[in-house]
Amino acid sequence: MRRVVKISIGETVPAQADALFLQGIPRHRKPPQNAVSLFGEAAKIFRECAQPAGIFADISKSEFVDVYRGESLNEKRTPVAEIFRKADGLALFAVTVGQAVHDRINEFFEGKELALGSMLDSVASAGAEMAADAVEKHYFALLLKEHKVAESAAVLRYSPGYCGWHVSGQKKLFEFLRPAEIGITLLDSFLMTPLKSISGVLLVGEKEIHIIEDNYPFCSQCETHSCQHRIETFLQEIKSGDDQKTRSLLEKKDIEE
Amino acid sequence: MQILQEISEVLQSGNGEKVAALTKQAIEKEILPKDVLDKGLIAGMNIVGEKYRSHDLFLPEVLLAAKAMYAGMDILKPLFLKDGIPTLGRVVMGTVQGDIHDIGKNLVSIMLRGAGFDVIDLGKDVSPKKFVETARKEKARVIGMSALLTTTMVVMKRVIDLLRKEGLQGKIKTIIGGAPVSAEFAEQIGADAYGYDSMNSVDCIKRLMEKE
Ligand code: B12
Ligand code: SF4
Repeated sequence: MRRVVKISIGETVPAQADALFLQGIPRHRKPPQNAVSLFGEAAKIFRECAQPAGIFADISKSEFVDVYRGESLNEKRTPVAEIFRKADGLALFAVTVGQAVHDRINEFFEGKELALGSMLDSVASAGAEMAADAVEKHYFALLLKEHKVAESAAVLRYSPGYCGWHVSGQKKLFEFLRPAEIGITLLDSFLMTPLKSISGVLLVGEKEIHIIEDNYPFCSQCETHSCQHRIETFLQEIKSGDDQKTRSLLEKKDIEE
Repeated sequence: MQILQEISEVLQSGNGEKVAALTKQAIEKEILPKDVLDKGLIAGMNIVGEKYRSHDLFLPEVLLAAKAMYAGMDILKPLFLKDGIPTLGRVVMGTVQGDIHDIGKNLVSIMLRGAGFDVIDLGKDVSPKKFVETARKEKARVIGMSALLTTTMVVMKRVIDLLRKEGLQGKIKTIIGGAPVSAEFAEQIGADAYGYDSMNSVDCIKRLMEKE
């Protein structure tokens, strides 16, 4: 199954705290007023010019072995290599918020509107993550609907360039997924165009399979430790036996056949 | 002088219009343009840099201050008729080929301009040839390279190799920066300096220029 996902602009406008975090403002700090105003302005521009789009394609474990090997430059031990065999669902994905946003960012920089350009850059980066969240939810809801995974399952995504998956891994990923259909291409330097795009793999399975420790050699350089934040949410859900979120997903998401 | 202090303060708050208005007033009061630049604009930007370093200011505020500084500079430019704005020297900056991370590089460029350097910013994804050709043509004294990916930091060496091949090594100094690079890496590839943040980079480049 290979599917283009419709993503609305509303789904991709990030929370203020997420965009400001990318501007180096810690979440626990009260943001300076001019940063708040800049965010408001940038979010408005983003709404006007974002063109979000997403695509995903199921991939078998044996096919994924080859895609993940990529150019044989991955770290020896990685979370993806350890998790994917235990997954119930695997899909490659790519999302973008479009070229127009990128063009606007460049215009601001050229016109010396550095602060607004940079804020729009952060809004667009955080927006691309939201677009990836939307595709993730869509894929999960689809698997639920087809009874391929249990309600208690969870999905996590990984991308080349992170968590020991070498950035050159994008090459094989693009060959398999062919996201040119939604306008995303890959340059020889492994730059995606439009720039504000994300690609990777969605791994779906029982929450337990996702639980990893952040003690791989490359984790010491990781700024976000985002895996741990998500695992923490899973752990809480496991503890409270609360899979409400999953259920509401099933009800809310309007899935095309 | 009171007005120069005021210029520095409104610059720090990122108010470009006020910086421009006060810069005009200072000129009308016959304060030397060089003093307006050094004791008003550059002094203000230095404080912004220090506050950014100590986390009392954040990126958006630094960028607003930079814009305010440019507003003041635009007024001063015509007054430095023949020779243009006096500078501490010319630096060519860019993010190396294959890499599009430019936030850090932009900050370094801003702080360098704020400190009185003339910066030619080539942007991101810059080839070794472009770095070297621009530096030669524009008679730059320093090339500053930024890389945030472990896969692109190797391009820095290619720039230095090209400088060597063209007989420019030593004449045009090199400084590198970005999260994955280090002083050891700089030494390994033969770069003249390594800057770990924007303020430190300004100091390093000042030192590089002094060494000549
Ligand atoms: C923001 C960001 C992005 C933004 C970039 C927006 C932009 N316009 O720059 C976007 C979302 C577009 C992006 C894309 C990618 N990113 Co990115 N990104 C980051 C992030 C989170 C922050 C970088 C940053 O801006 N820091 C803030 C600035 C102020 O700090 P700085 O750059 O270090 O600069 C300071 C100093 O280093 C120094 N300095 C910097 N340059 C220079 C130059 C000179 C001459 C001197 C003297 C000093 C100096 O002074 C600066 C000021 O203090 C980092 C994580 C991190 N912690 O670094 C990942 C990170 C760099 N990205 C990473 C990756 C993998 C990517 C992608 C490849 C992802 C993908 N698969 O598409 C793509 C890059 C494509 C490409 N070919 O370039 C990885 C790199 C892994 C690695 N080891 O190689 C990182 C480390 C994330 C991670 N895995 O944890 N990214
Ligand atoms: S700590 Fe960071 S690098 Fe390590 S697995 Fe988690 S997200 Fe990946």
